[in-house]
Amino acid sequence: MSSSKAKGKKLENAPLFVALTGNPNCGKTTIFNGLTGLRAKIGNYAGVTVERKEGRMRGAAETPAITILDLPGTYSLGPKTLDERISRDALFQRLAEVPAPRAVVVVVDAANLQRNLYYATQVIELGYPTVLALNMMDVAEQNGHQVDALKLSELLETPVVPMVARSGKGLAELKEQILKATAQSQPATNRHFFCQLPAVVQTEVESLARLLAQRTDAPPFSPPAEALLLLSDDTALQDAEMGYPPEVVAAVREARQRLTSAGLDWATVAIESRYQAVAAIHQAAVTEVAEIQETFSDRLDRVVTHKFWGLAIFLGLMALVFQSIFVFASAPMDLISAGIDRLGEWVAHTLPPGAFTDLLVNGIIAGVGAVVMFLPQILLLFLFVSLLEDSGYMARAAFIMDRLMSKVGLHGKSFIPMLSSFACAIPGIMATRTIESPKDRLVTILIAPLMSCSARLPVYTVLIAACLPERRVLGIVQLSGLVMLGAYLTGVLAALGMAWVFKKTLLKATTPLLIMELPPYKRPLVTVILRHMWDRSKLFLTQAGTVILGINILLWFFASYPKNAALEEQYQQAKAAAVRAAFPAVASPEAVEMKLAELARMDKTKLTPAATEALAQVALVETEHQAAVLRQSFAGRLGRLIEPVIEPLGFDWKIGIGILSSFAAREVFVSTMSVVYNVGQAGASDEEKTGLVKVLQQQKRPDGAPLYSTITGLSLIVFYIFALQCASTVAVVKRETNSWKWPLFQWFYLGALAWLMSFLVYQGGRLLGFS
Amino acid sequence: MADATLSLASLTGGLSAIIAEINTSSEDRSRLMELGLVPGTVVEVVRYAPMGDPLEIKVRGYLLTLRRHEAELIRVTPKV
Repeated sequence: MSSSKAKGKKLENAPLFVALTGNPNCGKTTIFNGLTGLRAKIGNYAGVTVERKEGRMRGAAETPAITILDLPGTYSLGPKTLDERISRDALFQRLAEVPAPRAVVVVVDAANLQRNLYYATQVIELGYPTVLALNMMDVAEQNGHQVDALKLSELLETPVVPMVARSGKGLAELKEQILKATAQSQPATNRHFFCQLPAVVQTEVESLARLLAQRTDAPPFSPPAEALLLLSDDTALQDAEMGYPPEVVAAVREARQRLTSAGLDWATVAIESRYQAVAAIHQAAVTEVAEIQETFSDRLDRVVTHKFWGLAIFLGLMALVFQSIFVFASAPMDLISAGIDRLGEWVAHTLPPGAFTDLLVNGIIAGVGAVVMFLPQILLLFLFVSLLEDSGYMARAAFIMDRLMSKVGLHGKSFIPMLSSFACAIPGIMATRTIESPKDRLVTILIAPLMSCSARLPVYTVLIAACLPERRVLGIVQLSGLVMLGAYLTGVLAALGMAWVFKKTLLKATTPLLIMELPPYKRPLVTVILRHMWDRSKLFLTQAGTVILGINILLWFFASYPKNAALEEQYQQAKAAAVRAAFPAVASPEAVEMKLAELARMDKTKLTPAATEALAQVALVETEHQAAVLRQSFAGRLGRLIEPVIEPLGFDWKIGIGILSSFAAREVFVSTMSVVYNVGQAGASDEEKTGLVKVLQQQKRPDGAPLYSTITGLSLIVFYIFALQCASTVAVVKRETNSWKWPLFQWFYLGALAWLMSFLVYQGGRLLGFS
Repeated sequence: MADATLSLASLTGGLSAIIAEINTSSEDRSRLMELGLVPGTVVEVVRYAPMGDPLEIKVRGYLLTLRRHEAELIRVTPKV
């Protein structure tokens, strides 16, 4: 039991834990940032993906240090979501990894006092030394509410600090109160209830509290508060980690039965009493100085959620986000890509050639580089996501889109992850964290990769250019553009269709409730947004980076081994011959390598024509060698092995190699096909891409028909729409679902779907007479 | 009793009423009540979403959205 463990290791220098809790949208994060500065540690709670944030309070003594733990926003101690359960468990000291809080800061939105006080009084009753941070005093005043902090403090018997966290007002006083609270040695476990419970309920609570107090490891918070929660919240009893002894469970059940036969609803009776008490406190502490008028937020909402303008603004914003991710990100992405290429070249020329250098250049730098390249898109996406979220617009977007999403059984909130997945499924999947219901979150994760991400763009581009005739449809639209649009639309429709299927079968659940707060609009804080972008990109780089590193090493191995001595010998001889054609004096293999290194270091413009010719010849030899190595490598053999499986889709073993290598990342298809077909140096500059397109168009089937026909191209594009060819996505899904079960399931269902759809396209197309 | 009450979803935007009872599942009822929708509370339907669903309500000074389906299970009495 965690509480006894925590008691056992009461080290002198151990930091004092202070839990920061409150309703969503009460400004808790801003207060947390103000208290801890920029050095917060961000991680996850064990076994779940709820974000855990903690940091040292600035301006406190070194020993004992004070650690602030930012609990997820919650409306009640009776949890309805994973986030809320974590908050309750932390306050009830049921999480082994979270030390017992020494004090609690409960943040309250002064402009929305009643609902916030509902939770605050629940927390105060637990009996921890508690400080109430009365935030957003400025907003309350603008809305005409004058909140008397002193009166509130008196009524709640708790220190109250009026604050405007956005401007830092009240932060120093809050710190002072936290220090005072942590200095209290004994928690006040005999807090009384603020709410006046009906007499029968009060009697049950008291007898249950006596039973709870008898436990040997009774936690140091108020037994009556625990008793009331047990009595009125079903999850408190059910959740295994609460671990109540059987006699307590039995006593609770009996007490509930007695209340039911007395004509009371045990689940809601305390809620009603509490709201009565809260309304009385509100009335005593707040003076309405102005007639309630329409706030700025209300006026803005009239436009933003308007029947016509609301939709127009929504579509406009989404178009802007979408455009930016593709347009603004492309320049820095090219820059990173070029930088990685240069780094690879530099390493290749600096280190002696060999298996290790090859692994470093082709396995690690190129592979990890392919992921790092997407960083600008991720940064931009999270810039927009946090702007929309922090301003309060995101809730409105969910409000507007909910009707459509609920048609396939999803929540309005699933919309944003799907949109994000157009850039990259990884941030999209990370964005599902805002979805409360675990099943809906899982459905959204499962369908996210169907949205065509930016890594598919180069694949679509090459295949469309190679396989489709240049033609205009209806005289205006390019066929290529139309197919591109069709690829994106197919993905979207498939995603919605699969969501519907999953909600009907595997993850059967009723359409989730949309009980969602629409918080007032506010100006987002730059520091909060930068912080968010930084945290997200760090997560992306470390988490996806470590796994993709491993997969790339594996892939490199499969594409480079087994080595063939005869092939190596042939390659060395051809290379030496090419060098000797320009420099007849060069004799030994070592001298050949030295000459090549020397030529590589020289200024390209100062080379003699003969030397230039030799270098070009060497490059050609190298490409041929790479293709030969690939052909007889494990990957090449696998390609031939799977040929019977992909033949009905119209693919041969060479395309098979492309498909197999794309399972690391889709865009690898382009560079792999360049290697397979010996198209110059494998690169992705525009010129070489057209080179690849030409070579693809020249490929023939054994019967002489072109291999990359329209129908093969379409079949291949369809395969890329559906298949989950992305190691990083698999890794992220594994992390977000905490098991291998779901990523494997996802991989197989998308693979099966890809095969089936390609089969239908290819065979159906042939039946219709296309070749 | 039942004849005197209306469903919350029957109110047009801008109208207020008083919550009489919540007939959703027990779990949803306690969440709605924890958010302040206890019987006797004044609730205003602010507007419906552009596609007619969900709806936006104002309760205890803040805004909340619900689907029609849930709103239909919330019975209200007209404000006098």
